[in-house]
Amino acid sequence: MLWLQNVGFLTFKEIWSFLSDRLLLGFLLLSFTFLIYNDATGVDTEVTNADVAVVDSDDSALSRRYRDALLPPFFKPAVLISRSQIDAVMDAGSFAFVIDIPADFEADILRGRTPALQLNIDATAMSQAGVGGAYIEQILLAETRTYLQPNRPQDSLPLLIVDRALFNPNLDSLRFQAIEALIEQITLFALLLVGAAVIREREQGTIEHLLVMPLRASEIAASKVLANGLIVLCAVLVGLALTVRLVLQVSIEGSVPLFVLATALYIFSVTSLGIMLSTIASTMPQFGMLIMPVFLFLRMLSGSTSPLSSMPNTLSTLLQASPTVHFVNLAQAVLFRDAGLMTVWPEIAKITGLGAVFLLIALSRFRAMLARQR
Amino acid sequence: MGPETTVLCNGVGHRYRATQALEHVSFSITRGSSTALLGPDGVGKSTLLGLIAGVRKLQTGQIAVFGGDMRSQAHRDEIAHRLAYMPQGLGRTLYPSLSVAENLDFMARLFAVGRTQRRQRIDHLLGAVGLSAFSDRPAGQLSGGMKQKLSLCCTLLHDPDILILDEPTTGIDPLSRRQFWALIEAIRAERPQMTLIMATAYMDEAARFGRVLVLDRGRIAEDGSVAEVLERTATATLEQAFARLHAPDHDVSAIGSYQSIRQHQDGPPAIRAQGLTRRFGSFTAVDNASFEIRRGEIFGFLGSNGCGKTTTMKMLTGLLPVTEGEAWLLGKPVKSHDLATRLDVGYMSQSFSLYRELSVRANLELHARLYRIAPDQRAPRIAEVLREFGLGDVVSAKPEQLPLGQRQRLQLAVACLHKPSVLILDEPTSGVDPAARDRFWVALNKMSRQRNVTIFVSTHFMGEATRCDRISLMHAGRVLAIGTPDELIKAKAAQTLDEAFVRYIEAEMQAKDEVRPMSVDARPAGRLTSERQIPQRPGRGVAASFNRIRAFAIREGYELMRDRIRLAFAMLGPIILMMTFGYGISFDVEDLRFAVLDRDQTAQSRRLIDAFAGSRYFHQQTPVYSDVEGQNRLRKGELRLLISIPQGYGRDILSNKRPEIGFFIDGTKPFTAETTRGYVQGIIRHYDAERAREIPQAIPAPPPFTVEPRFRYNQEFRSVFAMIPGSLMIIIAMIPAIIAAVGIVREREIGSISNLYTSPAGVAEFLLGKQFPYVVVCFASYVTLVLIAVFHFGLTIKGSVPGLLLAGLVYVFAATAFGILISSFTRTQVAALIATAVITQVPVLSFSGFLSPAGGLEGVEALIGRSFPAYYFQNIAIGSFAKARGFLDLGQDYLAMFGLGVIYLCIARLLVRKQEA
Repeated sequence: MLWLQNVGFLTFKEIWSFLSDRLLLGFLLLSFTFLIYNDATGVDTEVTNADVAVVDSDDSALSRRYRDALLPPFFKPAVLISRSQIDAVMDAGSFAFVIDIPADFEADILRGRTPALQLNIDATAMSQAGVGGAYIEQILLAETRTYLQPNRPQDSLPLLIVDRALFNPNLDSLRFQAIEALIEQITLFALLLVGAAVIREREQGTIEHLLVMPLRASEIAASKVLANGLIVLCAVLVGLALTVRLVLQVSIEGSVPLFVLATALYIFSVTSLGIMLSTIASTMPQFGMLIMPVFLFLRMLSGSTSPLSSMPNTLSTLLQASPTVHFVNLAQAVLFRDAGLMTVWPEIAKITGLGAVFLLIALSRFRAMLARQR
Repeated sequence: MGPETTVLCNGVGHRYRATQALEHVSFSITRGSSTALLGPDGVGKSTLLGLIAGVRKLQTGQIAVFGGDMRSQAHRDEIAHRLAYMPQGLGRTLYPSLSVAENLDFMARLFAVGRTQRRQRIDHLLGAVGLSAFSDRPAGQLSGGMKQKLSLCCTLLHDPDILILDEPTTGIDPLSRRQFWALIEAIRAERPQMTLIMATAYMDEAARFGRVLVLDRGRIAEDGSVAEVLERTATATLEQAFARLHAPDHDVSAIGSYQSIRQHQDGPPAIRAQGLTRRFGSFTAVDNASFEIRRGEIFGFLGSNGCGKTTTMKMLTGLLPVTEGEAWLLGKPVKSHDLATRLDVGYMSQSFSLYRELSVRANLELHARLYRIAPDQRAPRIAEVLREFGLGDVVSAKPEQLPLGQRQRLQLAVACLHKPSVLILDEPTSGVDPAARDRFWVALNKMSRQRNVTIFVSTHFMGEATRCDRISLMHAGRVLAIGTPDELIKAKAAQTLDEAFVRYIEAEMQAKDEVRPMSVDARPAGRLTSERQIPQRPGRGVAASFNRIRAFAIREGYELMRDRIRLAFAMLGPIILMMTFGYGISFDVEDLRFAVLDRDQTAQSRRLIDAFAGSRYFHQQTPVYSDVEGQNRLRKGELRLLISIPQGYGRDILSNKRPEIGFFIDGTKPFTAETTRGYVQGIIRHYDAERAREIPQAIPAPPPFTVEPRFRYNQEFRSVFAMIPGSLMIIIAMIPAIIAAVGIVREREIGSISNLYTSPAGVAEFLLGKQFPYVVVCFASYVTLVLIAVFHFGLTIKGSVPGLLLAGLVYVFAATAFGILISSFTRTQVAALIATAVITQVPVLSFSGFLSPAGGLEGVEALIGRSFPAYYFQNIAIGSFAKARGFLDLGQDYLAMFGLGVIYLCIARLLVRKQEA
């Protein structure tokens, strides 16, 4: 009871302290509104507006047809270049794709000689190289078939492919990006706010005062986690309601309360990680140097940029200790695939368990940290 | 204003938001005079000194120093080398991780003292003040007295014509104070033309000055020689005069003599220490200290700075674990987890340890709650302490806006708030004005006599020590003597406690043959100032400017090298990230988990399944037996693809009826889904071609042409070739920005930025100098990463190697410049950290062309992407690693990065002011 009361008082103080730094508050709000919006609308893993050039040595009716077949929003209108320019334009990165149509291409097709068409792909743009290449191939094939046999069914495959993208029929990346951006901001702020709050208490000597008071280390740590967690959670709610739903108009299939609950637990977990890291560094510059790699690590290896299954085994095993990995899984399942508690409880358990472990380590180091600072 | 006038103030006023700190202050100070500035806490002494020194921006009125207007930056720069200013606080302008010699070296370089002269001056000054033996010791590990002597040396390096000192002797012990004064007197004797202005809280010090200026409520209350002031106020001592000025109805006769007789007490001691010892590594801070403090006793703790008083007190509060020995508080052994005892103890630490960002009232309320004061008692109790400690006027102010004296009072109020039966106070009155100190001692006395509160207090004021029941003298970790003030004075046959104190310590030092910082009353060994009558003017022009940049760079470099942990994080963090990114991030979509719902179960359907199972892109899972099961497994994320084969598939396909096959793809992640779709098309086409070869009666239409994809720059289409340059771009954008960002804000928070304010250096020089070491460290990190890319991940640099290195250098320059820009507008280190992280992540992760091609960006996003160096570096990195593009092809990217860096610095230059508001 007394424990709860003390945690309550300290939490209140913590939130008050946070609110007194207007610049910080401004950045928090900026991150959960503008930045999420920007990330969601700006980053596109879909092939959009890709630059295509065509080298047309054939200059036939068919090849001219090709040039007009590549349409927005996927491609920009194809630009005609000469063969000698290929290397230069690709080196400069002006075009992601260059279609090289050889001479007598149409004639060879009509004679059934199956000519070869070269498609140059700039493979340094990994995200669109593969998919875009496949698109172009399909578009050209379909274009050829309609040209050759305008009245025949286009697809000559023996079976009819009925593919359906579940949970996201239009394969719209906005929704995915929006949630990914949200998770990114949660991770950053949950890590930074709490850790910086602890370091600040140490640098300003206030933690010394706390420790002579009738307070337990656990009360201090718990109030830090609670206060900063609540701050981030409020920001998440703003981000979710305002940015994701109202402005971006993202439709959410799954249960929002379940997602919010899981988010709260995720925030707990990352905040605990933050407080644990803050017991390692002793000054703010050190903390900054420690926290950035950790953030980048969690963010880039969360499984949303690239799946765990394509990582080496050691790394993907190590990543089981990253709460972000589990949360990304959970968020996708709940928000996009309408998974219920019965489906995602293992993730929830892992996230909470990791948080508890981080917090325990932090607590065990709390006093040791103080003795060190002298 | 004649040539003899050094400082002229006319109608000077200054406000901090709602508080009027100074109002219509006018006076002039003549050359070679000495002036003491007195006044209660928060009366504007520091503000006035800051204004005269030019470190604070003048709001109203005029100040002329050496005949020039202090509003003009040009004039301030012109006279910077003739003026020296030492702000309040022990060693506030020193850099704690730098050694004594390095601190001096930095200041000498900053003031353009030539190389040979520099060495001489430093050796000479250190010898004169007796710090030669400590020249390699980090300034942070000096005692308070030594810190102040070092700070004074720093200000003397350039032979100033005016010396402005803000309470230089506050918080240092009597011995050190004597030494400090011996120095001041020596300097004045050597340089009679030097003007001295000094604020002080010690009345005995004030008596040494030719002129006393007493400030009260932002105005000059008294001005004249000590004798004149005493006469006007009809008092015998300055102390009384001061009290009268401040509170005319205060009973001045009691000051300095007040002490009531302590009642006799029985029972166990309130505090008992037995052989208390604390070691930090090889250094013994407290050595076998034993004492007993009876209940209701006021027990004073005296000793030179750094003698172990604070450590002893911290051990008693349980803040520091005890190395050896035992301590009891209120009859119970001190254990850090004993909450009940803590409720009964009030502690005040030497440095301010309350929340600067919470108001005075909020701080008190928080403590009232945490010390479990009943809710209905809180408000009256808070009102009581506010009255008792004279804080009524500042309840809604934040401690960071309060002067030192008022902050100390607030700390005291907090320590007494819950009416503890033991008070442990570590230099509670340091920096507090005499009248407030007196009130405070009256309050202590009352608590001890009326409520039987035990008070354990450390102090440097001998006047306060005489008001204790007993005192203990400590030196170098050991307790030298314990007894009543009179006993100690008698024991050393001294006249005053002050004298007794000095004798005790001298005897001890002689006995132990210690390296003495300086003999007590002796003149300094040698001249403190140089022979020159006119101080050397710092050079102008490029060379001088370059030297100052170098001074800042060397200093920052030392600091960075000393902080091994930060350096290690800065070097190792990027390497670990590079390794994990290189292995971890890829756009290869492989091992897609799929399962089949096969309702046909014929040879034909199994063939189709085999086509998928055999692909390296797919990984088969246990079959699905119903639609519901399939849906569920997709929902759980267990499957990425579900293939549904209808009944009669085999029959239909053999009779060319084109059966429909369902492919259910998890669309959660659009990129994976698109790629999966492409794979499905490809596999089906392949399956069809295979079948056509075997079954002649099926007549599939052969494809009219083939497409030969050529993945340029990355033939195997392996992610690592794209990921490594990208990782390089990300890591080198964020780490340097963060490491640089905290830099300036930190100086501002710690206070060492005032060295910039008083130096002849410009803001641009300061920024460039600070940036340099960060560029070096981060560039080293960059080179390491490139080596890892080449030798570990097997990337080849197809473009120019020097080009790639140069790109790294320019990129690091721009990224650190960005960090400096951030730090120029943030107030706290936390804000700087978060601002950098938030602002850099957008252009770096999203708009740099790494995760998605930057070519597709439009409008605001393209603008954001292009106003950050990451975008250009990504171009160069890809161009150099993959595309064999040389320096010339990428010239404009280099230019853009460099240009951005310069722009960032220019903005920062405009935002950082060379004065406080």
